[in-house]
Amino acid sequence: MSKLRNRLLLSLGLFLLSTPAMSEKLGLGRPALPEELAAWDVAVLPDGKGLKPGSGDVLTGEEVFGEKCAVCHGEFAEGIDSWPVLAGGDGTLTDRRPVKTIGSYWPHLSTVWDYVHRSMPFGEAQTVTVDETYAITAFLLYSNGLVDEDFTLSDKNFTEVTLPNADGFYPDDRAESEYPRFKGEPCMKDCGAPVKVTKRAIELNVTPEDPDGRPAGTLPPLDTSAASAPAPPAAPAPAEVAEAASDPAPVPAATVPAADVPAVAPAAAPIETAALDPALVGQGEAAFKKCSACHKVGEGAKNGTGPVLNGIFGAAAGHADKFKYSKALTDKAAEGLVWNEAELDAFLENPKGFMKGTKMAFAGLKKPDERAAIIAYLRSLGN
Amino acid sequence: MSDEPENVSSRRTFLRQAAMTGAGLVAGASVARASGPDPKITEVQPWASSFGDPVDASPYGSPIRFESHVVRRNVEWLTESPVSSINFTPIHALEGTITPQGCAFERHHSGAIELSKQDYRLMINGLVETPLVFTFEDLLRFPRSVTTAFLECAANGGMEWGGAQLEGCQFTQGMIHNMEYTGVPLRLLLKEAGVKPEGKWVYVEGADASSNGRSIPLDKALDDVLVAFFANGEALRKEHGYPVRLVVPGWEGNMWVKWVRRIGIYDQAVESREETSKYTDLMPDGRARKWTWVMDAKSVITSPSPQVPIRHGKGPLVISGLAWSGNGKITRVDVSTDGGVNWQEARISGDAKSKALTRFHLDINWDGSELLLQSRASDDTGYVQPTKDALREIRGLNNVYHNNGIQTWWVKADGEVENVEVA
Repeated sequence: MSKLRNRLLLSLGLFLLSTPAMSEKLGLGRPALPEELAAWDVAVLPDGKGLKPGSGDVLTGEEVFGEKCAVCHGEFAEGIDSWPVLAGGDGTLTDRRPVKTIGSYWPHLSTVWDYVHRSMPFGEAQTVTVDETYAITAFLLYSNGLVDEDFTLSDKNFTEVTLPNADGFYPDDRAESEYPRFKGEPCMKDCGAPVKVTKRAIELNVTPEDPDGRPAGTLPPLDTSAASAPAPPAAPAPAEVAEAASDPAPVPAATVPAADVPAVAPAAAPIETAALDPALVGQGEAAFKKCSACHKVGEGAKNGTGPVLNGIFGAAAGHADKFKYSKALTDKAAEGLVWNEAELDAFLENPKGFMKGTKMAFAGLKKPDERAAIIAYLRSLGN
Repeated sequence: MSDEPENVSSRRTFLRQAAMTGAGLVAGASVARASGPDPKITEVQPWASSFGDPVDASPYGSPIRFESHVVRRNVEWLTESPVSSINFTPIHALEGTITPQGCAFERHHSGAIELSKQDYRLMINGLVETPLVFTFEDLLRFPRSVTTAFLECAANGGMEWGGAQLEGCQFTQGMIHNMEYTGVPLRLLLKEAGVKPEGKWVYVEGADASSNGRSIPLDKALDDVLVAFFANGEALRKEHGYPVRLVVPGWEGNMWVKWVRRIGIYDQAVESREETSKYTDLMPDGRARKWTWVMDAKSVITSPSPQVPIRHGKGPLVISGLAWSGNGKITRVDVSTDGGVNWQEARISGDAKSKALTRFHLDINWDGSELLLQSRASDDTGYVQPTKDALREIRGLNNVYHNNGIQTWWVKADGEVENVEVA
């Protein structure tokens, strides 16, 4: 590069630098294409702006909801465990325990359509079609008693529906209703009568605890007489680590009431022989996300909406301690059901077909590969 | 209001008192003497004789193992699924004002996703002259801005609304962190697309499965909102929105959309799930406040607190805490040791920045008697942090969000500390 050119570039640079940065566009980015806008701009607004053409009726919605949503929200949108309740709650907003649902609280129907379409089902977002979204929304209106069962919702009649709590919201008014009360010179001396303790968190006993019973994360003592923890060996042998890790919790087998266990242990042993394909286990772990909303696995896993699945493979049905199984499952367990490859495969393909009355409100996994991967993953979890 | 005359005189008083109780202090020190020479001094320790770690033992370092308790913690019963959940910053174990990213609390609605800079796209569309798409590289070519800001979840302290519930400020006030961000002012990106006159709101969405969209009025978007890609001098962590998140100083954490992928300009609020069904404040009359974005002034004593009992006995005691306001700068923090009857002004340590965490300290000579410790923040709008009961009087008992009431810690004679309420 010539010196002259360098000098020219330098002076040009200075010129650019001296230009106020805000005054001109920088020419960065590129125009968005129509296909890109259509793919990402899916927001639906209260006035119906953004709605896609389509329709769905209550009965179709009930079916789709049962398949895709009921696992968490319940067949009647009543909410399983602490998953959101979507129906009912009418007139409870001033109660001590208000039930905030689409019917009782949500101001706009557009929010329902938008959220179902873009964010549900949990763990499988953006898989609900436009017509299915109309159908689910119609079903949710029905389950809240807002439309009849022959109702069909579409982009044409969407804005005719007004939710009961449409007028229940007002913009933040703290600046008028609160701030004037909380301004002024703060009191420093004798600001009131002596006080007494009226509520203690300790009485509720809901704080996570460290093994010593103190609140989790309590800072360790700094007393110099306390022995400092010995340094770990530079490269601990894996076996040692495993032993040390399992040390603090030798409990389970001994404390489980005997009646709950017998079938589990003997059944497990003979099936463990065939080697697991790590790639398949990996695929299974990824696919298991669909199950993870309800089923916990791994060290320290606890029962949730569904039972813990550690050690499920090869175990007798009903293996999870303290989980309240459906009658359908306990009946099958009494008949001697063991979760081997074939039984798990059949159950996962069509839970309700395999076990009428199961609590597992999951539509099932239609792809054989996916079932095989998840089963391999469950096998890999051991006990 | 650092180094106020009151503080100086209270320091003098303290020194006088310390001198008067000097005998006690000496007695305390003599405990070590009585047990003979300290072998940590008289014997050659291994670390004083042989080598420590070489350089590169840990190319990206972690805290030393003695600090393994300084971690985020979850309260499992709060949520059904850990991918739509929250954990808590160990504020009881931190000092100063900056929160290290590795222990800054997380809130995900569909889990923390892995999104590379190369796969990253940001779209601006809606009521603009030219809908645009930016790559990560494009964002690096805009003029940058650096700002320190606290991010507080609107539900921070929500579990305490009905009364004292959790033992430890990590759990009661730990849905907060404070970082120094570097990024592009949103107004520069908006200018590039050209907002049309009828555009009054920006709607920001994330790239994760929840998308967590929030509407922000244009005035705020043009003011101090940042499209950030660095935090505390390094790239954002995955759990905080790598590679790009929104920074909305002073406003509730839910609006700080992570993995931000689309900014739409509208003439109205979108009224998404996160701004109707959630993050609205149910009032006693059954109606609800919406658009309650600002986090009002608040403070908490981080030490002593239930997870930081006093173990050193009576004598000099450092009371340390955090204060913040989404409306501006903290101007003063008062501390009470008798449950709010009498107060003294604490010392603000370091700079008090607007919409950022501020550290306060008060050094006292603890006589070993019970304390009902409280802190009370004031900001430069003249707002004084209210009691929880004063808030309940207005908002009733069904409110969950925006609990900025005064926290009480009961310090007992043995130094143990409990979360309580007083009246």
